[in-house]
Amino acid sequence: MAIFQFTFMVNAYRAGTIVAVLAGALGWFMVLRRQSFAGHTLALVSFPGAAAAIFLGISVTIGYFAAAITAALVIAAVPRSLGGRARSSESAVIGTVQAFALACGALLVSLYGGFLSALTTNLLFGSLLGISASQVLVLLGAAVAALAALAGIARPLFFATVDPDVAEARGVRVRALSALFLVLLGCAAAEASQITGVLLVFALLVMPAAAAQRLTARPALSFVLTIAIALVTVWLALLLAYYSIYPVGFWLSTVGFGGFVLATGWRAWTDRPRPVAAEVTT
Amino acid sequence: MISFASTFGEPFVRYAFIAGTVIAASSGLVGYFVVLRSQVFTGDALSHVAFTGALAALAAGASLLLGLYGACLLVALAIAALGRHGQADDTVIGSVFAWVLGLGAVFLTIYTTSATGGVAGISVLFGTIFGLSASQAAVDAAITAAVCAAMILIARPLLFASLDPAVARSRGVPVRALEYAFLGLVGVTAAAAAQAVGALLLLGLLATPAGTAQRLTARPFRAFWLSAGIAIASVWAGLLIAEAAPTVPPSFAILAVATSSYAAATAVTAVHRRSARAAA
Repeated sequence: MAIFQFTFMVNAYRAGTIVAVLAGALGWFMVLRRQSFAGHTLALVSFPGAAAAIFLGISVTIGYFAAAITAALVIAAVPRSLGGRARSSESAVIGTVQAFALACGALLVSLYGGFLSALTTNLLFGSLLGISASQVLVLLGAAVAALAALAGIARPLFFATVDPDVAEARGVRVRALSALFLVLLGCAAAEASQITGVLLVFALLVMPAAAAQRLTARPALSFVLTIAIALVTVWLALLLAYYSIYPVGFWLSTVGFGGFVLATGWRAWTDRPRPVAAEVTT
Repeated sequence: MISFASTFGEPFVRYAFIAGTVIAASSGLVGYFVVLRSQVFTGDALSHVAFTGALAALAAGASLLLGLYGACLLVALAIAALGRHGQADDTVIGSVFAWVLGLGAVFLTIYTTSATGGVAGISVLFGTIFGLSASQAAVDAAITAAVCAAMILIARPLLFASLDPAVARSRGVPVRALEYAFLGLVGVTAAAAAQAVGALLLLGLLATPAGTAQRLTARPFRAFWLSAGIAIASVWAGLLIAEAAPTVPPSFAILAVATSSYAAATAVTAVHRRSARAAA
């Protein structure tokens, strides 16, 4: 195909493929654990990380990962409050982390002035041109490490997700697992934000998993399906972004949302009540 | 050293203080229930809708306020309608708002290529409270004052409905109608707060003061008022800091104050708990 004559498109496709697999795998657990809000926050936190890295003149990739992992640890570490219920207090912590991190991003943009504010749109909404061959290697290395760690904890994590009380009684360290999962989710968010832009990482984390879990209730099948949908979404979005003036993040969220709507529609169609046939026979 | 008289002499500072105070009060009051009902994610979704609404209005050449309030109110009511048992599915909210945000990216592209407005996107995202005009400040202050009044009016039945919806329903509290009213108020507050601290940062006004108040006291109404108080104090302190140090954007200063108060409250309650455990 003509678009592969350009090195930056080849790199974008390589990086996109790596990111789709990683985001799909972590996103599947995220949706199952109902931690969409945490996932979204970890994605947004990458923005001040990247802005700070540019400000300090160090590698942007380091900024993305450092910020996302730090935020994951903060969310996991803050103790639950006395007054509210556990879920309510956790959501306040996540909201605070998110807002403060983005405020730091705003401060850096304003301190750094013109150059960074031109870059801000790219950091927020993604750019096809930004990916170098060495960056692809870094993405690949981090993705392999994160997926290996996920494979190591997948079974107890699934147990702890489906039935935390029984898992805890059986000696599974639920709290430690959930902290480790947040760190891995942070890694996936940091990887994906380099392609899709910080604001739209969440599309890749939540939409394929949400669509797959609507299509089938079988865990292993929906896990594989999630990664397949994520891959198709990224490949299609990159193609559409290449041939249009709109940013890749927009196409990604639109293709992903289309998949989600189709899956929801298919589910509604197969689940539809069929009392008509029964009434005819009686 | 800045003197109060000279600070309040500038009209744009006065507008920022007046609108900021009422917006903070409504964010604190609404935010208490947002946190209590674990609906911070809904607030997060609305903050992104605010961005798309504002940029859609700019791209279409319509009024920014109309886009903000219209989009936020519409999506808030849609979330209320989609919700089963009062709380919409996380993944549905997430998928919808991620796509709405994608649309925002397109409006940004259209707007920045049609006009010389590259900065507009960033100022919508991160707020320009010192940029409020007299008429904008008046509109925002009036709307958020109405939100405060409505919130105080429904606080008691809403508290009942939030803590125990089943019992509240059997006692004749209109739980479903309260949910619509509440989410509508969240939408309006989000649109107003988006102008004060920016679409991306409004969770800092909505969730942080309420989370702080909830850590400091377990009594609902005390936390309700405390939340508004902390929000107003954060906005005042933030505006004074931004006034004294012009390189610091006001949104950052406001959120830094709010976040420090949250961190301080967390530390204080942790120490308390430890000393209580040691005494026991």
